[in-house]
Amino acid sequence: MSGVSNAQASGRPRWTTASGIRALIRERPIVPLLGLLAILVLVSELIRPGIVTPNWAGVMIRAAVPLAILAGCQTITMLTAGIDLSVGAVASMSGFLVATIVGDTGLAIAIIIALVISGLVGLVNGIGAGVFKVHPLIMTLAMSLVVLGLANVWQLERVQTGSGVPGEFRDLGANMIVQGIPVNLLLFIPLALLIIFTLNRTGFGRLLYAIGDNPIASRLSGAKSWQVLTVLYVLSGMLAGIAGFLLSGLTNTASVTLADSALLPSVAAAVIGGTSIFGGRGTYTGTIVGALILTVISSILSSLGYPEAVRQILFGLMIVFVAAAYTRITTD
Amino acid sequence: MTAVDTSIAVDRPRSALVHFVRRNVWTLGLVGILVVLLVITKIIQPNYGPPAIQGLAISVLPLAFAAVAQTCAVLSKGIDLSVGSMMAFTSVAAAAMMDNRSESFAILVVVGVLVMGLIIGAVNGALVVFTRVPDIVVTLAMLFVWAGAALLVLQRPGGGSADWLSGLTSGHVFTQWVPKAAVVLLLVIAAVWIPIRRSRLGLSLYAVGSDSLAAFRSGVSVGRTKIFSYMLAGLFSALAGLSLTASTGIGTPVPGPYTLMSVAAVVLGGVSLAGGRGGVFGPVVAVVILSLLRTDMTFLNVNTNLATVAQGVILVGVVMVGSLIQLRRQQ
Repeated sequence: MSGVSNAQASGRPRWTTASGIRALIRERPIVPLLGLLAILVLVSELIRPGIVTPNWAGVMIRAAVPLAILAGCQTITMLTAGIDLSVGAVASMSGFLVATIVGDTGLAIAIIIALVISGLVGLVNGIGAGVFKVHPLIMTLAMSLVVLGLANVWQLERVQTGSGVPGEFRDLGANMIVQGIPVNLLLFIPLALLIIFTLNRTGFGRLLYAIGDNPIASRLSGAKSWQVLTVLYVLSGMLAGIAGFLLSGLTNTASVTLADSALLPSVAAAVIGGTSIFGGRGTYTGTIVGALILTVISSILSSLGYPEAVRQILFGLMIVFVAAAYTRITTD
Repeated sequence: MTAVDTSIAVDRPRSALVHFVRRNVWTLGLVGILVVLLVITKIIQPNYGPPAIQGLAISVLPLAFAAVAQTCAVLSKGIDLSVGSMMAFTSVAAAAMMDNRSESFAILVVVGVLVMGLIIGAVNGALVVFTRVPDIVVTLAMLFVWAGAALLVLQRPGGGSADWLSGLTSGHVFTQWVPKAAVVLLLVIAAVWIPIRRSRLGLSLYAVGSDSLAAFRSGVSVGRTKIFSYMLAGLFSALAGLSLTASTGIGTPVPGPYTLMSVAAVVLGGVSLAGGRGGVFGPVVAVVILSLLRTDMTFLNVNTNLATVAQGVILVGVVMVGSLIQLRRQQ
């Protein structure tokens, strides 16, 4: 604090001092995150000159969007000191379900059914975490087992031909409007604005921060945490369902384990984006940049020709490093 | 004054006793459920006998060790999401080194892999302590690291296992009804766990788990204890990895579903995720119950995928009932 006022007193911009930079990162984590993203883009260009084109940017964004939606589930639940480990199973299930029933019901009905079921899974999560006070980690983990098992049963019931992914999903998940702007942004931008608006400008959003920051104080001031948590996990489930549509369209596959590999990166994206796993701190804009950062990093690592093994190791170390830097800066 | 003193003096041993009984009631209850389940199994499948029990013991071995590994981390109020990856890493390391080597060299390999487990566990623990990043985030990241390391050792399933190591888990001891794998499991866990439980380190493990500030103020080195608990988790993950290699004869570089199942087993085994409460034997019994349940469902011609559903439902049910009891008690 004194460092900041000193810097201002001597007439220098506050970000030129170490403590000023710290304050900047603490108050506006989005700035250094965007800096990191810019550096990573620069690194991509240096490694393979000429690779950074509108088309490349489009491919990056297209891959980051489903991840950002899943990471959104983690962001909103982590704000209340929770987590949603069922998003992988739910996203796979919703994509798979639509692909298997779309032939009978038509697209609109199939989407509604998948979203309702995703929401129901979230409802069970929310009741478990909110009413029965089960640790969200356990609750959502158990629900992911239930969803995976049921999806497998359904898979045996329904043998579908081809991938079954509806053409509309392929257009939505994999196509570009023009070079550099993927179609899935048409869905994602309104969705992201809605999440950001809900978190910043509505009573529900305030309650999420309040419950995560101090559950006792929020209870004493009249917040009914079980109601908030129930609604929250329903929303998280439905977001995961939507991400499942995009993922199945992007990969043109419908499988009951499609989104499993996106579960841990979704947590990582939220953490890198500055959301605290202990609740009460975090923004969705940070998470979106976090998802972009992870996508660019994995593209850099694969363009360097590293085998999958090295990529995973570097990926893991980077998560530790970024999280450690955050903790150091924000707690001092 | 004296009245207060006597009431405390009377109260303390009794509450300790109540605490002791309550903790063991859970494990004893699990054993009861297991016995009932075995009887049911025998009824629906009259052929169920020694070979099937031996098969059950072998299939349970890796997950049982993984559950103990998770317990060690959870007791000190941590959680280790990298258990499955550490298993894959140690398993392929063992399989790669034992491939086409002599039986006696394999002894060195086993010792080496166990030391390796301690070291990678120490890395996890040190990162948790020194970076001050939440356990769940660090071990989530290390999940990638150890899985990548496993892929560096072997790119596809391969390697080999020494005959004596595989022999250690198959067959029976004394009578047909006592599978060798179960004896090995209990002996190894008892040999590592009981001395620790009775030592200063074991006590500080529980102390840090229940209240790290109180533990710190009574002179326990919190950081060192946390690292120690992760080293134990690494050691038991290495044992789980070795038993994977022993039972399959090869090493597989892709982590199985062991991490999530180990968390489930820990919760079912009566270990509090809030740390400081529970033991290692409850989770082991829980693992056996979960896999016997799966076997029974196969006997009953129920879709095995429904067994996964059942495991999830049981997990939720047990935890909900547990927290309901706790909520009641608080009121």
